[in-house]
Amino acid sequence: MSGLVVRDLWMEYPGQMVLERVNLTLGSGEFCAIVGPSGCGKTTFLRMLLSIEKPTRGDILLDDQKLPPEPSAGRGVVFQRYSVFPHLRVVENVMLGLEFSHASLTGRLFGAARRRAMAEADRLLEAVGLHTARDKFPAQLSGGMQQRLALAQALILKPRLLLLDEPFGALDPGTKSSMHRLLMSLWRERDMAIVMVTHDLSEAFTLATRVVALDRVRIDPQSPEAFGATVKFDIKVHRPVRSGESPGDQQRALTDR
Amino acid sequence: MTRLINLRPARGPSILLGALPFAAAVAAYALFSALRHSENPSDKLLPGFSALSDAVVRMGFTPDVRTGQYLLWVDSGASLRRLGLGLLSATLLALGFGVGTGLIPLIRAGFAPFIAVLSMIPPMAVLPILFITFGLGEVSKLVLITIGVAPFMIRDLSLRVAEIPPEQLIKAQTMGASTWQIVLRVVLPQVLPRLIDSVRLSLGPAWLFLISAEAIAATDGLGFRIFLMRRYLAMDVIVPYVAWITLLAFSMDWGLARLSRALFPWAGLAPR
Repeated sequence: MSGLVVRDLWMEYPGQMVLERVNLTLGSGEFCAIVGPSGCGKTTFLRMLLSIEKPTRGDILLDDQKLPPEPSAGRGVVFQRYSVFPHLRVVENVMLGLEFSHASLTGRLFGAARRRAMAEADRLLEAVGLHTARDKFPAQLSGGMQQRLALAQALILKPRLLLLDEPFGALDPGTKSSMHRLLMSLWRERDMAIVMVTHDLSEAFTLATRVVALDRVRIDPQSPEAFGATVKFDIKVHRPVRSGESPGDQQRALTDR
Repeated sequence: MTRLINLRPARGPSILLGALPFAAAVAAYALFSALRHSENPSDKLLPGFSALSDAVVRMGFTPDVRTGQYLLWVDSGASLRRLGLGLLSATLLALGFGVGTGLIPLIRAGFAPFIAVLSMIPPMAVLPILFITFGLGEVSKLVLITIGVAPFMIRDLSLRVAEIPPEQLIKAQTMGASTWQIVLRVVLPQVLPRLIDSVRLSLGPAWLFLISAEAIAATDGLGFRIFLMRRYLAMDVIVPYVAWITLLAFSMDWGLARLSRALFPWAGLAPR
């Protein structure tokens, strides 16, 4: 099937079990938020989806294929910080993905090819609302604008899976909600699955169609590191099609269980 | 009352304050020179300003009686060529090994310990080996400057490469970049400003090694001339030469700083 399949995933560091028995199946258009207490392995899980870390046991399949052993172009990513290139202007930051894929030797496009790539980058900048800042350097942008840029960068190669690691964690509430609206519209327009790690429950229920809570279900008081976290709750969020949603209801559902 | 730490000079007074130590140094020199000459009109230790300017005219604007050359410019040309070539080869080594050891774990594992040990060899201690191996010509001087400054530059650059946030390298990979493309588009452009800073910091040591090598074995060059003139106690030549070397070194430093700002406008922006 198309989408993401995680089968019996285990992750063990020396002397510490981080994740155990993680099973998850995501459809290709789903938006999955991963929540859980800090240290429960949310970010480790995301790093495995990126192939930065190798699971001790288990498989991850994307569109029926095993994940490549290192980060690849099919999976876009936005981190909380540091995911844009400070030495490139905004439009160059976005073009870079096209340049990498079309100019393997120089990593740089020239002439008509460059103009085409730039036009494509400009369209995407328009979509994320950054077109007026296209010639600025990242250091001249606010935190929210930098994250818009990081999103545009991740989307230029049309990934099947977009991975977000607390992308809005460092933003103020106003900026955060406008980023939420942007992310929703970008996601609806594209055929991609999103996995977002967040520690913000209301953010998770506002955005996602699936909320997955990771936590330890087995606890050995003598040796707290012996068991890892696993999927404790897997909640489908039913959302009215034209969203006038009330995330509060679903949140109550979580606490009731 | 305003605290001392909050008193900031305006632009005019600031320039004046900066000029003060220079003026004081020149005045002190003039004073002691005059004192010595009042006791002994043929004093050679602190020549007066007229003697200094005579020496400048003699060395820089009058052909040498024996060779017909303008010695100051011949010396400057020879020294700057050695310095430039030495720094250039050190810079290329730093780029190759600095980026290699900073970015690529296999190269780091292979070379980092070796470079760490190599950088502890006092360059002047190997000068005899260089003279024996490469002869007394140009090569040994270039090699001295190179091995004098390259280890520092390599390690400096390697640290800077290692400081690039891993998020950036992961992001580049998710944008489909190969190792080579990451070097070319992500790493090199970001470390070039640091490379220029590194060259600036290496200017002092590079001049030190240049003048040492020229003092020991050379037939021209600024260092050669100073040490030659020492035999004749010719302070009237040595002092302008030292001032000229200082001016050259200062201009290089200033020029590199300007170049860095012009080429890398993003580097001066404070990150948010």
